[in-house]
Amino acid sequence: MPLVFIPPSLSQLTDGQREIEVEGGNVAELVQNLEEQFPGIQRALCDDGRLKPGLVVSIGNATSHRGLLQPVSVDDEVHFLPAIGGG
Amino acid sequence: MSTVEKPAYKVIGTRPIRHDGEDKVTGAAKYGGDVQLEGMLYAAILRSPHAHAKITRIDTTQAEALPGVRAVMTSANMPDPGDRMVDLGEGTINLRHLSERVLARAKVLFKGHPVAAVAADSIHIAEEALELINVQYEALPAVLDVREAMRQDALILNDDVRTEEVGTQDGVADKPTNVAKRFLFEKGDPKKGFAEAELVVEREFETATVHQGYIEPHNATAQWHENGQLTVWTSTQGAFTVRQQIGELLGIPLDKIKVIPMEIGGGFGGKIAVYLQPLATELSRMSGRPVQLVMDRAAIFEATGPTPGSYMRVKLGATRDGRLLAGDAYVAFEAGAYPGSPVGAGCMCVFACYDIPHARIEGFDVCVNKPRTSAYRAPGSTQVAFAVETIVDEIARQLEMDPADFRLQNAAREGTRRVDGPVFDRIGMIETVEAIKASDHYQSPLDGPNQGRGIATGFWFNAGLRSAVTATVNPDGTVSLVEGSTDIGGTRTSLAMQLAEALNITAEQVAPSVADTDGVGLTDVTGGSRVTFATGIAVVDAAAKIRQQMVDRAAKIWECDADSVSYEDGQLVGPDQQRLSFKEMAQRMAEMGGPIIANGICTEAKQAGAYATHCVDVEVDPETGKVQILRYTAAQDVGTAIHPSYVEGQMQGGVVQGIGWALNEEYYYDDQGQMRNPTFLDYRMPTSYDVPMIDTIIVEVPDPNHPYGVRGVGEVPICPPPAAVANAIHDAIGVRMHRLPMSPPRLMAEILRCRGNKD
Repeated sequence: MPLVFIPPSLSQLTDGQREIEVEGGNVAELVQNLEEQFPGIQRALCDDGRLKPGLVVSIGNATSHRGLLQPVSVDDEVHFLPAIGGG
Repeated sequence: MSTVEKPAYKVIGTRPIRHDGEDKVTGAAKYGGDVQLEGMLYAAILRSPHAHAKITRIDTTQAEALPGVRAVMTSANMPDPGDRMVDLGEGTINLRHLSERVLARAKVLFKGHPVAAVAADSIHIAEEALELINVQYEALPAVLDVREAMRQDALILNDDVRTEEVGTQDGVADKPTNVAKRFLFEKGDPKKGFAEAELVVEREFETATVHQGYIEPHNATAQWHENGQLTVWTSTQGAFTVRQQIGELLGIPLDKIKVIPMEIGGGFGGKIAVYLQPLATELSRMSGRPVQLVMDRAAIFEATGPTPGSYMRVKLGATRDGRLLAGDAYVAFEAGAYPGSPVGAGCMCVFACYDIPHARIEGFDVCVNKPRTSAYRAPGSTQVAFAVETIVDEIARQLEMDPADFRLQNAAREGTRRVDGPVFDRIGMIETVEAIKASDHYQSPLDGPNQGRGIATGFWFNAGLRSAVTATVNPDGTVSLVEGSTDIGGTRTSLAMQLAEALNITAEQVAPSVADTDGVGLTDVTGGSRVTFATGIAVVDAAAKIRQQMVDRAAKIWECDADSVSYEDGQLVGPDQQRLSFKEMAQRMAEMGGPIIANGICTEAKQAGAYATHCVDVEVDPETGKVQILRYTAAQDVGTAIHPSYVEGQMQGGVVQGIGWALNEEYYYDDQGQMRNPTFLDYRMPTSYDVPMIDTIIVEVPDPNHPYGVRGVGEVPICPPPAAVANAIHDAIGVRMHRLPMSPPRLMAEILRCRGNKD
């Protein structure tokens, strides 16, 4: 199953767990399934059906701009990170 | 030095003359200030004299009555965009904040904040009209220091700002604050790591507000056509983001806007946000005439986006044999008037050079009464590199280890997990340290009193984002390459070279040009060291399509299957070794199906990140605190150097800017928030008199994410210099500096303080 890395500020919602294996074929499904286990996490990560502004999902070390629609594979690591810009 | 055996490139790695060189050196190149249109008006902006004030009244009646004045605008002429976040391709921004930054509404939040704008027959009339605009302010105290702004009882700049966290349970705390964002990253068990550490060093650091210092001023010329179409000529790092910002701010559909990117005289991250373009647009709409706005230098300093000043507290723990065990970083950046500093990026960079098992990083984005900050070359990374690389040097010296060996022992490498979570791909941190360690510079002795040597390392992510190009084969065998990436650092040529390599033709056979927003597919900004990488991927994509079209046509000529035709050394090779050259194929386009045109795109590319390690020798005058740079060597992992001269130029340019951060550059504010040095005379950037020739060592660890192994090169060279210089100063005179810039008075004060302590 994909391994989701929980942002430290959200670990209070996941009983202190920072890495959680979750089923899902894309990020939206991962978040939905996380929500069923840990209520409140969807509201923390998403807004109006999209990832919150300023937040990006990274599959492994590859930042994606597809947001919740980003496909994930069973051996993927999934991170939620701040969006950054360069100069 | 290359870490792998490179393919036998024919074009890549050579140094052809840049395609735009002749225009640049003869003055034929057209910049935004060169735009002249029939009936064009000249505009000027009324700016706030206060750093923080409420606007109680604006009366433009007298200005409007002045002969020659054609339009006067205030925020009342700008639609309220609402409290919406929009994605501008390289980050999101609150539209209301962007709108208020362009033209203040109820409050001014920094000295120089635009309040009104006038378009007139001449710039002199426009400036005279500004004096006739009556603005009444209710002045407020200025909040200028990041720690002051974070206090519970601090005066609040923006009533709508709440502290957001990355993925907090409730999103925002319901209390106005100057702390717009808090970031938190953790890895391992920092408490355990520090408990096991045998040496712990913790220091506080401050860095100054610093400007990119691009020579060309911001400019914009807008022409609102009667049919509702808008054309904007401007200096920008991204024509498409300018189009989007104008559209979002003024409610104009994107298909009605054409942005023409002119040649650009420097940007470094500072020419992504819009300042003048919406004002010129609205004044043109109001007057029915083309309108041009050009900033003066004082406005550039006072009212565009510099890099943030910062306060940082960094702690590292190590074993006696030099193994880093734990790290802790508290990073607070001044966002300026509105949220949006690069503190998130700074947090993600602070420990990126090292494999530290236990770490915690906390970052804060804090509003103060200064201009809203913008990106500046590896945004956020130079500040944190100054802090962490200074402590790394201190630990190495306390352990009596060579600072290069200490770095090698603790270096991040492929497979290292970053504190923010992801695992590094193939990176070249180790190779850059090894290159410096093996350099003649590092191996040679210093030869005088008060001389010292320092090294430091830096990291930057580099971006991917989206690019589009169109390549058209011409009947004479040349290829026109149209791309949407503003050419700041020679990317026309680095892209043309990649097309030439892929087609096995010469760089001179490719004619690259930068198109407007109607002339090419959506392309994100020239920023994040992404163009040669990401637009390069789009170019290689287009080249593959051209090759395939030529193969298909050759197959028709030879009446065979396309599978039996190959593209080799710039020739089509068919059955029985029949051959047609690229040029012959081009000449026969008309009879074989018409034009050969290919679009190339890049949408999901990622970069593996860039590292640089620098070595500097300095001499300190112990009586004045003046630091002289004696020798400087920069080693950088560039992946594959497409055009080595441009790579070296980026490395040298980044170093010189970093030396400016290190030794002189800073905004001087008085306690009223007035910048006291908004000119190049008083804002002291390095010149050729201040720096020696910067020696470069190109390290090539190919990025597996690019067909030729390219890594972005433009940003990371600015990261190491402040720490390298600080470490050299310590090596020279035994004084540790924790505040930038290390200008003569500041260094002299520290020298005297240390002498006093010794006495």
